[in-house]
Amino acid sequence: MEQSILFLAGSILMGLGALGAAVGIGILGARFIEGAARQPELIPMLRTQMFIVMGLVDAVPMIAVGISMYILFAVAG
Amino acid sequence: MASGELTSGAYIKHHLQNLTFGKFPDGHWGFAHTSQEAADMGFIAVHVDTLGFSFVLGALFLFFFARAAKKASIEAPSGFQNFVESIVDFIDENVRGSFNGKNPLVAPLALTTFIWIVLMNTMDLVPVDWLPSLFAAMGVEYLKVVPTTDPNATFGMSIGIFILILYYSVKEKGLGGFVGELTLHPFGKWMLPANLFLEGVNLLAKPVSLALRLFGNMYAGEMIFILIALLPFWIQWSLSLPWAIFHILIVLLQAFIFMTLVIVYMDMAHQKEH
Repeated sequence: MEQSILFLAGSILMGLGALGAAVGIGILGARFIEGAARQPELIPMLRTQMFIVMGLVDAVPMIAVGISMYILFAVAG
Repeated sequence: MASGELTSGAYIKHHLQNLTFGKFPDGHWGFAHTSQEAADMGFIAVHVDTLGFSFVLGALFLFFFARAAKKASIEAPSGFQNFVESIVDFIDENVRGSFNGKNPLVAPLALTTFIWIVLMNTMDLVPVDWLPSLFAAMGVEYLKVVPTTDPNATFGMSIGIFILILYYSVKEKGLGGFVGELTLHPFGKWMLPANLFLEGVNLLAKPVSLALRLFGNMYAGEMIFILIALLPFWIQWSLSLPWAIFHILIVLLQAFIFMTLVIVYMDMAHQKEH
């Protein structure tokens, strides 16, 4: 019983983290392409800024994946 | 690879245990032989592997960059000198872009954090079992190779940055200016406690988020490498190769974000008017 709750917790952690990151990075990429299409001469600057924000957005779900992997394989497994 | 009697949980936990040197509850000093012993030491313990690897990598960085600077020549620049120059230019460009104050410390600080974190993160790309089994052959039981997967290392760096933020805030704005910024800013002076709460959270969140972001990313990456290492030997390359290639991006990106945020925070510490 307890172990199955742990499995559920790990999978919910991973899934919700992925959901948030998917929405965030989707919007980010769409806006980047929009900006690049409007002003192609700004692409190098926009790309740098996009990668900074992508690192910020990507950090939290990546941490969630790591912790959920730890729960699934080390604590529950 | 997990050997016969080792379960996957024990294997993972073994890999996530630091080599801890500290004071046992009964008073003598020594290395912890189990994770329980390490936990019992409490606060009076140091992670020897984290300290060792980060010092060695920092010394490597200083040695090679100082040598490149001393041997620098205009007539015949070596390949390594060009490499160092391109990194220094890159940092210089970033500092010029987002730092508006006058402080000769910020650019070297950014260079040091960037290269040091890149080097420490790059230890993640060394196959997870190589160094621990090499050291195990020499009698070291636990070894965590990547210093940035230890929150002690990342918090050490971010608290250092935090002290610099406080120091330069007080130095540039004066104690009164800094206190005024903390207490008078969003709502005016009649809402002083609310201002202090909001600005205090804002200030304290800087080192915490800086440290936890780097730690969390590297920990998650290391975790996935360890899980891949649990697979049968002949299939490992098919997962660890793509993950390692993706991880190169994370290694550089996290170091870059840490550096950028250090520059931005130092810039905020130097801004006189809000």
